[in-house]
Amino acid sequence: MKHARIRFQGEVHAVTVEADNAVRLADGRLLGEDQVEWLPPANGSMFALGLNYADHAAELAFAPPTEPLAFVKSPGTYTGHNQVTWRPDNIKYMHYECELVAVIGKPARNVKREDALEYLAGYTVCNDYAIRDYLENYYRPNLRVKNRDCTTPVGPWIVDVADVPDPSSLTLRTWINGELKQEGTTRDMIFDIPYLIEYLSSFMTLQPGDMIATGTPEGLADVVPGDEVVVEVEGVGRLVNRIVSEAEFFAQYKKEA
Amino acid sequence: MSRALHDAATGTLFGVALNYKGLLEQRLAEFEQAPYQKPPVKPVLFIKTPNTRNGHGQPVVYPKGVERLQAGPALGVVIGKRATRVSAEQALDHVAGFTIVNEFSLPEESYYRPAVKAKCRDGFCVIGPELVPVAQIADPHALDIRLFINGEVRQQNSTANLVRGIAQLIAEITEFMTLHEGDVLITGTPEGRVDVQPGDQVEIEITGLGRLANPIVAEQEAH
Repeated sequence: MKHARIRFQGEVHAVTVEADNAVRLADGRLLGEDQVEWLPPANGSMFALGLNYADHAAELAFAPPTEPLAFVKSPGTYTGHNQVTWRPDNIKYMHYECELVAVIGKPARNVKREDALEYLAGYTVCNDYAIRDYLENYYRPNLRVKNRDCTTPVGPWIVDVADVPDPSSLTLRTWINGELKQEGTTRDMIFDIPYLIEYLSSFMTLQPGDMIATGTPEGLADVVPGDEVVVEVEGVGRLVNRIVSEAEFFAQYKKEA
Repeated sequence: MSRALHDAATGTLFGVALNYKGLLEQRLAEFEQAPYQKPPVKPVLFIKTPNTRNGHGQPVVYPKGVERLQAGPALGVVIGKRATRVSAEQALDHVAGFTIVNEFSLPEESYYRPAVKAKCRDGFCVIGPELVPVAQIADPHALDIRLFINGEVRQQNSTANLVRGIAQLIAEITEFMTLHEGDVLITGTPEGRVDVQPGDQVEIEITGLGRLANPIVAEQEAH
């Protein structure tokens, strides 16, 4: 089953997703995909993996890591399915990153790999955009690159663990304006989800709603205002996002304080 | 934690690294070498995840298998009103008040990669004892910070030595990332972090903000 959070007529609802992405509210109403505002399906911390695909590490000219390279994102950077993300003015390179995301379902501390899937609420998809121009070498990648307002689309929903029998062999794909730009498989992940849960929970308690974004394969490209960017993880979800300019974003979507 | 602080500081905990002049200057020569090759241009930020939250008087757990644990005295700025793209001149209008933060960390030999393992352990971000309204602090950039271990002063500095002051931090951060009501900005830990041991009583005093006290306890065997 697929579980989502949406806003409809000003109210936030937990819904289940049915055929053609119609959503079923708790009171039985069925609403079309385009009638609702899709929200991020979870709101905990996100632990995002850098260089977790061997091919992508090579693409960036790095040796594959021997220990997971995780950075943290906070809820202000999340946005939902069918929402917009802004490209700052005067930059040269902003790229998408299609990623499989594991969502934590119960507190996890000192969990062993073989038990790890019991701690999951399910899986979702994220697009972990980065602004390469802003990359510095301190706590790399830093928040200016990776934790910008509305620059991490997440969703559209969380799919149950039981509905994804083998998360280690899923195809990831990204399209810009309908053209396939990135294709890879979770088979090429260096540290898999059970390992990452064991690793993170070995030194901290993962909380319900926390997410682990498992990294992206090779095949990055620049995105510009007007682009429709679709990231898809086979059997999990297809997440749509549109790029807008800085001026459009702050004029229409995020009123300045 | 006092009720007012508990209600006011409910958001994300954002830390600023290398924000004391003495600390940055100590590292400048290293930062000219590979892999850095130049000192930081923009604020170096990190996130203390919600599991790190801890309060005045509560124990801080010294993890098993860890060689060294260090206290992190810092001035905390609690956001009172959403701040998106605010100027330095307007920044303080978005602040509810100040508090003390003890930003515990394992020692950091390198600033190259995010310090999740060093900084995001359970209970590693103590906030308190109170929220002091902005109007009660005449100059937040002239506050003495003192760290006491078992009653003895072991580290002291002043917020006069911040590389970036509060208004400038808020302006630079909100250029790309909204600070929401309830978020806490941990403005930095001075050079000379001090090791703590199980059994120690750790206290931080900041002028006008009171004293934040915590005992360090050894991690129990897993059960």
